[in-house]
Amino acid sequence: MTIQEVSTASQKAGADDADRLAKDTGAPVPQKKQRGAPWPVHFWRSAIGKKWVMAVTGIMLLGFVLVHMIGNLKVFLSAKEVDQYGEWLRTILEPALPRTVFLWILRVGLIGAFFLHITSAYQLTRMNHAARPVKYKGGRNYVAADFASRTMRWTGIIIGLFLIYHLADLTWGTLNPHFVRGAPYENMVQSFNKWYIAAIYIVANIALGIHIFHGAWAMFQSLGLNNPSYNRARRYFATGFAALITIGNVSIPIAVLTGAVS
Amino acid sequence: MHVNLRVWRQAGPKADGGFEEYSVDDVSPDMSFLELFDVLNEQLLADGVEPVAFDHDCREGICGSCSMMINGQAHGPEKGTATCQLHMRKFEDGANITVEPWRARSFPIVKDLAVNRSALDRIIESGGFITVPTGSASEANLTLIPKDVADWAMDAAACIGCGACVAACPNGAAQLFTAAKVSHLNILPQGQPERYERVVAMVDTMEEYFGSCTLHRECEAACPKEISIDFIAMMNRDYVKAQFKNRRLSAQR
Amino acid sequence: MTNYTTASEPLDGKVPPGPIEHKWDDHKFATKLVNPANKRKFEIIVVGTGLAGASAAATLGELGYKVKAFCFQDSPRRAHSIAAQGGINAAKNYQSDGDSIFRLFYDTVKGGDYRAREANVYRLAQVSVDIIDQCTAQGVPFAREYGGLLDNRSFGGAQVSRTFYARGQTGQQLLLGSYQALERQINLGTVEMYPRTEMLDLVVKDGVAVGIVVRDLITGEVSSHSAHAVVLATGGYSNAFFLSTNAKGCNVTAAWRAHRKGAYFANPCYTQIHPTCIPASDDFQSKLTLMSESLRNDGRIWVPKDPGDTRSPDLIPEADRDYYLERRYPAFGNLVPRDVASRASKREVDDGRGVGPLKNGVYLDFAEAIGRLGRHVIEERYDNLFQMYERITGEDPYRVPMRIYPAVHYTMGGLWVDYDLMTNVPGLYALGEANFSDHGANRLGASALMQGLADGYFVLPATISGYLAPQLGQQPVPTSDPAFVAAEAEVSERTKRLLAVRGTKSPDHFHRELGKIVWDNCGMARSQDSLTKALGEIPALRDEFYRDVKVLGSDMDFNQSLERAGRVADFLEFSELMCLDALHREESCGGHFRVEHQTEDGEALRDDDDFAYAGAWEFTGVGEDPVLHKEPLVFENVKLAQRSYK
Ligand SMILES: Cc1cc2nc3c(=O)[nH]c(=O)nc-3n(C[C@H](O)[C@H](O)[C@H](O)COP(=O)(O)OP(=O)(O)OC[C@H]3O[C@@H](n4cnc5c(N)ncnc54)[C@H](O)[C@@H]3O)c2cc1C
Ligand code: FES
Repeated sequence: MTIQEVSTASQKAGADDADRLAKDTGAPVPQKKQRGAPWPVHFWRSAIGKKWVMAVTGIMLLGFVLVHMIGNLKVFLSAKEVDQYGEWLRTILEPALPRTVFLWILRVGLIGAFFLHITSAYQLTRMNHAARPVKYKGGRNYVAADFASRTMRWTGIIIGLFLIYHLADLTWGTLNPHFVRGAPYENMVQSFNKWYIAAIYIVANIALGIHIFHGAWAMFQSLGLNNPSYNRARRYFATGFAALITIGNVSIPIAVLTGAVS
Repeated sequence: MHVNLRVWRQAGPKADGGFEEYSVDDVSPDMSFLELFDVLNEQLLADGVEPVAFDHDCREGICGSCSMMINGQAHGPEKGTATCQLHMRKFEDGANITVEPWRARSFPIVKDLAVNRSALDRIIESGGFITVPTGSASEANLTLIPKDVADWAMDAAACIGCGACVAACPNGAAQLFTAAKVSHLNILPQGQPERYERVVAMVDTMEEYFGSCTLHRECEAACPKEISIDFIAMMNRDYVKAQFKNRRLSAQR
Repeated sequence: MTNYTTASEPLDGKVPPGPIEHKWDDHKFATKLVNPANKRKFEIIVVGTGLAGASAAATLGELGYKVKAFCFQDSPRRAHSIAAQGGINAAKNYQSDGDSIFRLFYDTVKGGDYRAREANVYRLAQVSVDIIDQCTAQGVPFAREYGGLLDNRSFGGAQVSRTFYARGQTGQQLLLGSYQALERQINLGTVEMYPRTEMLDLVVKDGVAVGIVVRDLITGEVSSHSAHAVVLATGGYSNAFFLSTNAKGCNVTAAWRAHRKGAYFANPCYTQIHPTCIPASDDFQSKLTLMSESLRNDGRIWVPKDPGDTRSPDLIPEADRDYYLERRYPAFGNLVPRDVASRASKREVDDGRGVGPLKNGVYLDFAEAIGRLGRHVIEERYDNLFQMYERITGEDPYRVPMRIYPAVHYTMGGLWVDYDLMTNVPGLYALGEANFSDHGANRLGASALMQGLADGYFVLPATISGYLAPQLGQQPVPTSDPAFVAAEAEVSERTKRLLAVRGTKSPDHFHRELGKIVWDNCGMARSQDSLTKALGEIPALRDEFYRDVKVLGSDMDFNQSLERAGRVADFLEFSELMCLDALHREESCGGHFRVEHQTEDGEALRDDDDFAYAGAWEFTGVGEDPVLHKEPLVFENVKLAQRSYK
C-alpha cells in the first residue's frame, strides 16, 4: 500500500477553492445569483440564457458562413463573377438604402453576433471550470462526448484567430504585400498560391467544420427545439452542414494550389 | 478472480487525498461492485486499516446512494447500470480498476468515496413539486392523461437522483437531473399552474451550484436510468418561454 | 431468556365506539383540534422520511406545526420505500369488478390471518381512496389506460384489480411525491431536515416522550432535540436476518431504543418471506433482490423429481419435473399466497431437490408461457425484470429458467400503537412499517405503501392534535434537562464501548452469524426446538460481539463501521425478543409458521381461542424476562375462517 499521489500544489489550490465554498458541515454553498433583475438581465445571467444567445448568434453565423461560401465558390466560374458578387453586396437594397449601408448593417450585426457568441462562450467556460475546481485524478473515460464537443473551445479559438488573420489578409490587406483593394479574386489567388497560407485556410476550415458539426446540432437543444419526429434530422442537418461548408471552403485553396483556378 | 484497485482515500472534506493501491483475491464474478468493496473493507479491517467509506443503501439501483467513478466513468462501464448493479463478471481477471469519488464543486467530499449531494435537494426544494396540500386533491380520474404523456412523464420521473450526470459531465452540470424533474412535472396537466415559476426557480438554483450544458451527452450515457437529454431541451424551452410568457394569461389555451 | 411474565390487564387499543363505518369520522370529530394560529407553537419530531415519515412531516408542516425530520441517508429521497416495485392498493373500484372499502378491509383482515385490529384496517381501506387522489395530484405518474384513465392490476392473488402502479417503480414514485411535498415545506421553513443523522435514543421524562438523541453521522457529534411529540417512521427490521430484500441501512435501532425506553414491541415474530427472490450466489452476498411477484402469473415453478439430477434444466424432460405448486394446490397453482409458496419451496430445497450451483433455489420457468404467448408478450410484461435478473445472475431467463428462493421481505411486527397510532408511551407515535400495523400476521401485496401513506398523510395529522391540544402554552422540555443529559451520556458511552472492544471480527461478521441463526431457526418454519436453540445462541453471540467486535476509527468522524456496529448490537438484542415471541405463540398464522401447528396437509393451523391477541412486549432489561401485554382482537365484522387455497 503506497500513497501514490497526494494533493499537489495545483490540486490544493482547487481544493481550497472547493473548501471555501463548503461550510464546516461540508454542505456546498451556492454562488448566490442576484434574483429579481429585469428579464433580459436575468436571462443573460443564466447559463441557459447564454446558451440561447449562443444558439441564436450561432444561427446568424451559420447563415453568414453559408452565404460567404456560396459567394466564394464563384471563383470556379470566373474572376468576373466574383467581382460582380462583391459589387452586388455593396448594392443590396439600393436605392432604398444608400450604397454599402446594408452591407454595413450586416457587418455590424455580424460583429455583434461574434462578440456575443464569444462572450457567452467565455463566461460559460469560466462557469464550468468553477463547477469542477478539482479534476478527476484517475483520468476520464469519455463515452458519448466526441472530439467535436470536447474541442469546441479550441476550434472556436482557432476560428477566431483565423478570422483576424483572414480579415488582415484579404479584407484590410495589412498582412498581404500584394493586396489590391477591390480585386478579391486576384488577392485570393495570390494568397493561396503560397502553400503555407493555403494550409492555414485549410486547417482553419476543418476546425470550422468540426465546430459546426457540434454547434449546428447543439443549437437545437439550446433553443429547446426538440421533437422525436425530427430529432434524428438534427444530426443529419449538422453533419451535412459541416461537411458542405468544409468541403466548399477547402476546395478553393486546393483548387488554387493544384492550378485548377489561377 | 483477482483485481487490483486504486482507491481514492481522503480523511475528510478539508484533508489531502490520494490514491492507495489494494489487491483483492478470490473475487467471484457474481459479486456486485459494492460487494467487492465489502470484501476489501473486511480485508482492510483485518489489517487494521480503516475501511473505505462509500455511500450505498438499496443495492438495487433505485435509491441513488451509490456513487463511484470507476475507471473514469460514473457508475463504471456498463450502460444503464448503477454501481451497485455492476457485477464483477464485467471485468477481466487481473483487471486494474481506479475508483474515485464524484467530483464537482457542489459535491464536497465527505470522506473517501462519499460525497455530499445535498445541492440536488436544494434544487428540488426550490420548485420541484406540485403545490397540493394533503387532502386538497380532487378525484384522481377527473383529469385524463393520455398514456403517452404519462409514460413520457414516467421516463423523466425515473431519475434516482444519484448525481452521475454531474459526475460525468465535463462541465459539472446538473442539467439532466434538473431537467428530469422539471419535465416530469411540466409534462403533466397537474404541473401546468406552476410550470413557469418552477422552471425558473429550479434552473436558477441549479446554476448557483453547478456548471452549464455544452451538450457532451456524457450525462445521458452515465445515467443508470438512461434518461434522455431530450428533457434538457424541454427544460431550456420552458425556461426561455418563461422569460417571455405573460403568466397572467397562462390559463388560456 | 425463554421466560416471560404476562400482564394481568389487557391492553386497550382505544378503538372508538360505534359502527365500523363511522368510527373514523366520529373519532376525528371527537378529537380536540389545535387552532391554526397555535399550531406553530408545537414542535414535532419525525424520525424517518420513508413514505410514512415524509408524508407525515410534509402534512404536519402544511398544517403549520414546527417539524424536525431526521433520516440517516444523505437525502430524504433515499429511504427504503423507494425500492418498492409492485404497486399500491386502493378501494377505488375503477374496474367495477366488485371492489369496495369493505372488500379491501375484509381481504386485509383475512390476508392477515385474523391477527389485525379491525377498526384500523377499516380506516386504512377508507383512506386508501384519498391516497390515490393525493398522489395523482402531486404528479405521481401512475400507469394509464389508452383513454387516459388510471390503470389497475390484480396483485398478489387478489380477486379484484385494485393495484395502482407506476411501471416497476411504484414505491419510488410515491416516495418522490411525498419527498417533493416535504421539500416544499423545507423551503417554506415549516420543516427542518436533518439528513445523515441517526436517532440513537428516545428521551422519556416522567413517562412521556419529550425528544430524541441523535448522532450526526458526518461529524459524529451527539446532540439532543426536544419536542412536544416524537413520531417514529423508521421502517421494518427484516435486516435482523442479514440477508433480506431490504436496503442495507434498514435497522431496528430507533424502534428498539424506544422499546428500551418503555414502548411495547408487538408481534415481532410476524415476518414476511417473499417467495420470488434471487437466491444467494456466494458467501459474499450482501443482500437479496426481489423479483416482482407478478412473474408468478406466467412462470411455472418446478424442481427436478430426482435430487441427484444435475442435468441442465432444458435437458430435463417433463416427466422428470415436479411442478409441486400445481400438484399440491390445483386451484391456485403457482399463484398461492406468499407464505404458502415460500414454505413449499423451502420444503423442496430442504429435501435436496434445490437447483443451481448451491442447490438453494427452485426454477421459475417461462418456456411454456413464451411458447403459448410468444416472446414479445413476455417481453412486454417483464422485460425490465428479465434484464435485472440477467444483470445480477448473468443468465438469460428467456432461455434458462430463473432460479428463485424465498427471502425475508417485510415485518408485520413493530411498536405497539393504539387507534391514534400512539404507542403506550404518551407523545410517542409510530407509523408505517415501524408500527405493528394493520397487516396482522401477514401483509397482502401492495398494502405496505398504502399503510405508510395512510398513516402519514391522513391518520397521524388528524389524531396528533388530540394529544397536543391540552399542552397549549407548554414549552418542550429543554435539552439541558437531566433526562436529555443522561440519555446523551448513555449514547456516547455506547459508541465508545463499541470502539473500545478492538477485537478481531467485523460488525458484518456478527450480523451474518445472527442472520444465519434467525433464518435457520426463526425463518419460514419454526419449532419449539429451533427457537429454544436460537434463544441459546443469540445471547452467546451477543457476548462474543461485545468481546470481539472490531471497529476502527473514531466516533467523531464519518465512521460507517461504527454505524453498522451500533445497528448490529440492537439486532442482537431484538432478535432474542423475536424468537421468544415466536416461541410463545403456539399456533401458526400468516408469516409465523410453527411446525407443531399444522393441518394434516401441512397448512398453517391457527388457534383463535388462545391466540387471538396482539402480543405486546415490555422491556425489562437485556436478557431479562420481558412482560407480555395482550391486546385481545375482537372480530365483529368479519367471520374467522381457516384460509384455504386448495
Ligand atoms: C424490495 C421491496 C419491494 C416492496 N414492494 C412493495 C410493493 O410493491 N407494495 C407495497 O405495498 N409494499 C412493498 N414493499 C414494502 C414497503 O416498501 C415498505 O414496507 C414501506 O416502504 C416502508 O415504509 P416506511 O416509511 O415505513 O419505512 P422506510 O421507507 O423503510 O423508511 C425508514 C426511514 O427511517 C429512517 N431511519 C431508520 N432508522 C433511523 C434512525 N435510527 N435514525 C434516523 N432515521 C432512521 C430512514 O432513514 C428512512 O428514512 C416492498 C419492500 C421491499 C423491500
Ligand atoms: S445502492 Fe441504491 S442505487 Fe446503488
